[in-house]
Formats: sequence, structure tokens, C-alpha cells
Amino acid sequence: MQIQLADFALMMPEIATAILAIGLLIVGLVVPREQAKGISFLTVAGLVGIWLLNFLYWHENASLFGGIYIVDPYTVFFRFLFLTAAIIVALAAKDYVNTLERNQGEFYALLVAATLGMMILAGAGDLVTLYIGLELMTITFVILVGYQKKEAKSSEAGVKYVILGAMSSAVLLYGLSLVFGFTGTTIIADMVPRLTLSGASPLLLLGIVFLVAGFGFKVSAVPFHMWSPDIYEGAPTPVTAFLAVASKAAGLAAFVRVFLIALPELQPYWITIVVVLTAITVVVGNLIAIPQSNIKRMLAFSSVAQAGYILFGLVAFSSLGVGALLFHSILYVFANIGAFAVAIVVKNSTGSDEIKDYSGLAQTSPFLAAVMLLCLLSLAGIPPVAGFVSKFYLFMAVIEKGMVWLAFVGIMMSMVSVYYYLIVAKAMYLGTPNREAKPISVSASTQIALVICLVAVIFFGVYPTPLLDLAMNVGYSFFPF
Amino acid sequence: MVTLNHYLILAAILFCIGFYGAVAKKNAVAVLMGIELMLNSVNINLVAFNRFLNPGEMTGHIFALMVIVVAAAEVAVGLALILNIYRQRLTTDVNDLDWLKW
Repeated sequence: MQIQLADFALMMPEIATAILAIGLLIVGLVVPREQAKGISFLTVAGLVGIWLLNFLYWHENASLFGGIYIVDPYTVFFRFLFLTAAIIVALAAKDYVNTLERNQGEFYALLVAATLGMMILAGAGDLVTLYIGLELMTITFVILVGYQKKEAKSSEAGVKYVILGAMSSAVLLYGLSLVFGFTGTTIIADMVPRLTLSGASPLLLLGIVFLVAGFGFKVSAVPFHMWSPDIYEGAPTPVTAFLAVASKAAGLAAFVRVFLIALPELQPYWITIVVVLTAITVVVGNLIAIPQSNIKRMLAFSSVAQAGYILFGLVAFSSLGVGALLFHSILYVFANIGAFAVAIVVKNSTGSDEIKDYSGLAQTSPFLAAVMLLCLLSLAGIPPVAGFVSKFYLFMAVIEKGMVWLAFVGIMMSMVSVYYYLIVAKAMYLGTPNREAKPISVSASTQIALVICLVAVIFFGVYPTPLLDLAMNVGYSFFPF
Repeated sequence: MVTLNHYLILAAILFCIGFYGAVAKKNAVAVLMGIELMLNSVNINLVAFNRFLNPGEMTGHIFALMVIVVAAAEVAVGLALILNIYRQRLTTDVNDLDWLKW
């Protein structure tokens, strides 16, 4: 393997993110507490800079360091997705971080480090890099989940996440070791010729089952979703928003790359497991979301269901499927973070996550209620907003492959989801506010985050073509079948 | 003669013991030890595959080293969190971690 200097140039966004994370850590230690508010500005400015830098790499299609790292449109697309999510979360988290007594700088440093882990995960071209990216993401998230050391729920969620996360990593790793043993290489692209249908052994199939379980945990597919509601509820809300959106997308990026690039020949074997997983994820996620009374738990189960919809793209096993999957993931970023951003504001002002405490929000703070409503409608897939278009393409992708029943299950469950999303809308618009409820004041940075989400959800619902074409092109160049 | 199969069976047994420990143990530290066993079984797999299938390369060894490093980082974070929760509740029993509905 030769290391060329030019290869590092293609990794500039990752390198810049690493420098930003370390820089924020140092700044957080040096700057006195009274001036710590500037750190959030520095984080957002740095992330926006990297976001713009990423535009230089649209047309690259290179494999670096002998295949260890891949910079193709797929990687670049996911870089944009993670950076967008990180920017919006950093903006929305500012109010929360200001309430912390100490370690304000470290919060942003960890946020950026988690973003770096996701970017590496999406670009990984071999199993060792994939594992390192995955663990960088998971370990930083563990620290973020348990960030409120004084609050028992947050610590408990941290312990649960570290135990379950490490266990799922071990399961995934066992699968990776079997795949490595069978192919003799860790480079994903080199595996294809050695993994043919006729040459499949029971050992390899066992390895694939372990891989499905490990990745299923990361994207919280049923029955590996049990961790998500607890950890989403216990974690600080900005962390939950990032965890629900970006870590799921990162797990999915690696899931799709391994299964479509390394294991396409074995598709007849793994498709059955993945189809069953997808169907029960959509059904169970939506049904359990109905009785939830805590908004974070409700959004947790709704995100389990969303993971199921996104997996439709993998099940479809076509470039249309991959394109729809990418499109839905990026719209999911805006809709879900928008909903969580409102939850952060309400939690900061009323101290409650219960859905009943949202009653009358439309009268006291109409803007917050409108953002929440439109984001929830987008998650449900109601036509004028963005989620409808992407779900339509996901269903079309599976119907194209003859799995009409799966699309039918998806559509049925979308209708069910409207019910629990509208429970929140009903509380906000028809409920009567508390007598002493005052309009909630929203800080400028949170307002920017809310406006970004709102505009994206409406704009891409009305005029999805440019982003849709982009996602479809990326899907086609990634998996041209 | 010790063959590849012996190593694989050893690793599989170790993985199962580790998994059992992680699921059945009540003490959170013991759960982490179970997870450590699972990760070590993976290391045996990786090194054995490397030794028997392509002895000329180092990929498996490097993978195993990376796993060891990351596992150490993971356990460090895990122990810190467990210490923190012990200070709050004076217990490390995972059955007592039920303030969030499981």
C-alpha cells in the first residue's frame, strides 16, 4: 500500500473536523466561563466552513490509501448530511449548554468529534476503518448521553448506552471477523469476487447474521431497538436530537455500503432477514409510539419506525432504492431535528417533556407550534411538506421489485403514525394553555435553527426536484443496477 | 495438531461465555467484563484467520490491535459512568437502573 500526499487532500473535510474538535477542546479549557458563550459561535462557524469546503469534492470518485477510505458522491452526500445536522444541533443546543455549570467547551468538542466519527463511518472502505469510525461515534455519544453528571436519568442512560453499545459492537465485530476470515481481506471492494453465491459457507452466513444484528442495533431496527427509548428519554435533548438523526444515518451509511458493495452476490440469503426486520420495525415502531405520553419517547419510537422506512431503500436493492433512502434520510434530518428543537425550547422554559404540557402552545407561542406541526406532518408524510415525496419514492422502489405487500404495510403504518403525531398537534392547537403560561422567548440561535428546519421542510415539499435529482444521481453512481 | 477449527471453536465458546456474562450478571462491572470476553474472542478469531489463511499479511493482527485499543477506551468511559452512578445511588446493580422504563 502506498500513501500519497494527494490522498490527504481528498480527506480535508475529515482532517478539518478533527482539528476543529481538538481546537474546541483547547479553547474550552482556556476561555474563562463568562466568555464561554462564544464557543458555540466558533463551533457553528467552523462547521459551516467545513460544509462549504465539502463542495469541492462533489465530482471526486477516488479510493484512498489502497481502498481503505473512499471519497465518492455517496461519502460526500453523507458528509453534507452529518454536517447539516451538526450545525442545526449546535445552534439549537446553545441555550441548553449555557445552563451547564461547567464543561461547556467540551460539549461542542464532543459534538464535533461524533460528527467526525460519522464521516469516517460513511467513507470507510475497509472493515478496520469502519470499526474505528463506529467506535469514535459511539464512545463520544456515550459521554454526551451521560453529560449531566448530577442528573440521575442522564447517568443511567449513559450506563445503559455504554453497555448495550459495547455489546452490539462486539456482535458486529464477531461478524466482521468471520467475513474477514472467509475473504482474507478487510477491503470492502475487494471482497466481491470472493463472496459468490455458490461458495457461501454456513460460517459466512453466520457472519452475515451477526452483521445484520450489529447494524440493526445502530439504526435501532426492531428487535434491536430496546435501547433507544430509554436513552432518548434520559439524554439531554440536544444530544437526543443528534443521536436520533445523525447516528442512525451513519449506521445506515455503513450498513448499505457493506451489504450493497461487499455482499451483493449473497443478496438472496440476506434479503429475507432484512425484509422481515424492516416490516416488523415499521409495524412495531408505529404501534408502540401511540400510547407514549412523553414527547421524547414518542419521537424515539417514531424514529424507530422511520428507520424501518429508510430500510425500504436497502430492501429494494436498486439504485432507485438507494436514491430514495438518501433523500428520505436528509429530509428526516430537518423534520426530526426541528421537532426536537421545539422540545428543547419547551423543556428549557417549562421543565417538562410531557405531551400534555404542550396544550395551548399555539396560543402562547404560535411560531413554535407551527414548526412542531409541520415537522411532525413531514415525519408522517402528509403531502404539502417534504416527507411525502421521499416516502413516495421509497414505496415506489419496493413496489418496483414486486414487494407490493411491504409497500402496503408501509402505507398502512403511515396512516397509523398520523394519529400519534396529531395527538401532539391536538394538544398544541385545541388545548387550553395554563393560566400562568407566558409566551416562550426563543434565543436568536435557536430561532435560526428552527427557521432552517421550517424552510427546508416546506421548500423540499413544494419543490423537491433539485435535491431529489441529486440523491438519485448519487444513488445511481453508488449502485448502478 | 492444533488447526484453525480449534481456534474458531475456542473463540465461539469464549464469545458465548462472554455474552452469557453480559446478559446474566447483575453487577455493571461484571457486565463490562463479559463484553471484554466477547471482544477477546473476536481477537482470537482475527489472529487465527490471519495465521492460517494468509500468514504473509498483517491485516488480522492490526485489526486485533485496533480492537484492543478501542476496547480499552470503551471500558474507561464505562467505568467512569458506573463510578458516577455509584456515587448517586450507592449501587452498581443493573437491576436497580430502572428509573427509565426499560
